Amino acid sequence: MDRIVYLDNNATTQMAQEVIEIMAENADLYGNASSMHTLGRSSYTAIEWARGEVSALIDSDPGEIYFVSGASEANNTVFNVFRDRIDAGDKRDRILLSSVEHPASIETMKYLVSKGYKVETVPVDGTGELKLDELEKMMDEDVCLVSVMTGNNESGVIQPVKKAAEIAHKYGAYFHTDATQAIGKIPVSVKDIGADYLSMSAHKFYGPKGIGVLFVKKGVPLSPFVHGGHQEKGYRAGTYNNQSIIGMGKAAELARVNLKREHDELWRLREKLRKGIEERVPNVVINGSNDENKCLPGTLNVSFPSAEGESILLYLDMEGIEVSTGSACASGSLEPSYVLLAAGLDVELAHGSIRFSLGRYNTDEDVDYTLEKLPPIIKKIREMSTRK
Amino acid sequence: MAQSFMAQWVYTDVVKDHFMNPRNLWKEGEEFEADGVGEVGSLACGDQMRVGIKVKDGKISDLRWLTYGCASAIASTSMMSEMAIGMTLDEAYKLTPKAIMDKLGGLPEHKFHCSVLGDKALRAAVDDYLEKNNLPNPYKAESAVIICECKNVTDQMIEKLVSEDKVKNLEDLASLTGAGTGCGKCKIKLKEAIEEAMHILGKTN
Repeated sequence: MDRIVYLDNNATTQMAQEVIEIMAENADLYGNASSMHTLGRSSYTAIEWARGEVSALIDSDPGEIYFVSGASEANNTVFNVFRDRIDAGDKRDRILLSSVEHPASIETMKYLVSKGYKVETVPVDGTGELKLDELEKMMDEDVCLVSVMTGNNESGVIQPVKKAAEIAHKYGAYFHTDATQAIGKIPVSVKDIGADYLSMSAHKFYGPKGIGVLFVKKGVPLSPFVHGGHQEKGYRAGTYNNQSIIGMGKAAELARVNLKREHDELWRLREKLRKGIEERVPNVVINGSNDENKCLPGTLNVSFPSAEGESILLYLDMEGIEVSTGSACASGSLEPSYVLLAAGLDVELAHGSIRFSLGRYNTDEDVDYTLEKLPPIIKKIREMSTRK
Repeated sequence: MAQSFMAQWVYTDVVKDHFMNPRNLWKEGEEFEADGVGEVGSLACGDQMRVGIKVKDGKISDLRWLTYGCASAIASTSMMSEMAIGMTLDEAYKLTPKAIMDKLGGLPEHKFHCSVLGDKALRAAVDDYLEKNNLPNPYKAESAVIICECKNVTDQMIEKLVSEDKVKNLEDLASLTGAGTGCGKCKIKLKEAIEEAMHILGKTN
């Protein structure tokens, strides 16, 4: 393949060169950060530096950062904290989450419901934004936790998390936000949001895979979630993954320093791609929001009626353009994207949806190339389709 | 030396070829007067196929198709079209998804259901041809498979009831036909048959 245009940055990102370098430079930093000798203390120093960088990125205190394997573990952990409390007899036994959360939350919810716990979803409107009035209606003194993602992975819609946190707190519930997609794309401050818990993964902002953070505000409930050691104040046992943590620290530093510039550049490219598609391809539907303040800057979700998503994805792949789809066929289930359906999108349109997600390393040439290759592909697939 | 992990394409080369270069496509504006047309699936279900056949001397002399669907669905219909041309109606009726899949060099397991529509559309086209020409249709009844032995309920009966919107689930079927209320060991198969019929006929819950 001559050329790769990677437009799947919401799935994962490539590591920044600076991240690769710092991880390579510290490849021989093998000391166990829990050891008292010099090698151990060197690892400890590196890990605490990374903790500082991550906390600076999300405006927290370093002591509120817990290193985990990623946002899936972080999300599972938050739900389990409240499961423990309910099991212990806490009268607050209801958990609410938005209907468009990541599967790491939705599947955890389904599991908990199967075990008899009361977990309910709050609907979203036609753009995919949480209905705050519905949340308010569902709230009462029995709710212990409200979980709403900061920005959606499929549609890019930015959720009103600050207002959702206010509503949760008004009723005495705690508030969790899965910020995995938002980190590095828009400013995320746990203080400004009023978050009690926050999840994130390093690989979504040019860091390594398999490492992430659970932010836990000082004083809110937490119970040990990996037993077997004193790491992370005894809550999450396991020898530190030095290199990955250092890599995440560097990625956090880069994200913080470049945030504004990167946001504006991603939004510019996203709008160029959107307008180009609308000009060159007849009959397209843009899913989500085109308001800069309500959409993650690099995400563009488009439906192409009469063209099925997996086919579009594979034809684009032949040209070296890597995207993802909300089509059921690509995922192996018969149901297309629940995120798009929750926002009221027609089932057929959901089957024909493509998510373009731009990242730090995309260029104008990438967008131009995509705009050149996409229209004939859609035309070809539509010619094969059972048109009327 | 660095170890390389070069990706393989998700489907076989044959699937890729048929997906990229579909055979016997029903091109827009093409003069093709079909003697029989069959359509199965729906856009809402994620795949839909339309097959048109020409029949000469009891054989399928030519065929055109259109498919809305994933790569497996497109490649399956394309392969089916190559296999079906030249077949007698009897042979065409007996063409199975497995035969098509084997010719494609296999499909990933979760893609099996994408390949079942091609042969169904072909059968629907044969049915349409026979009906239009007031010819007897010996194939349809022959190909019926009994699913509930206690109550003698076949897949075709289920398909008919689903098509008439009388059955959406096992409860509907049981109350109309008694299927599954005898020994009960066919219940899972009945459920699968209902789901498949809903998919083929483009019915949603």
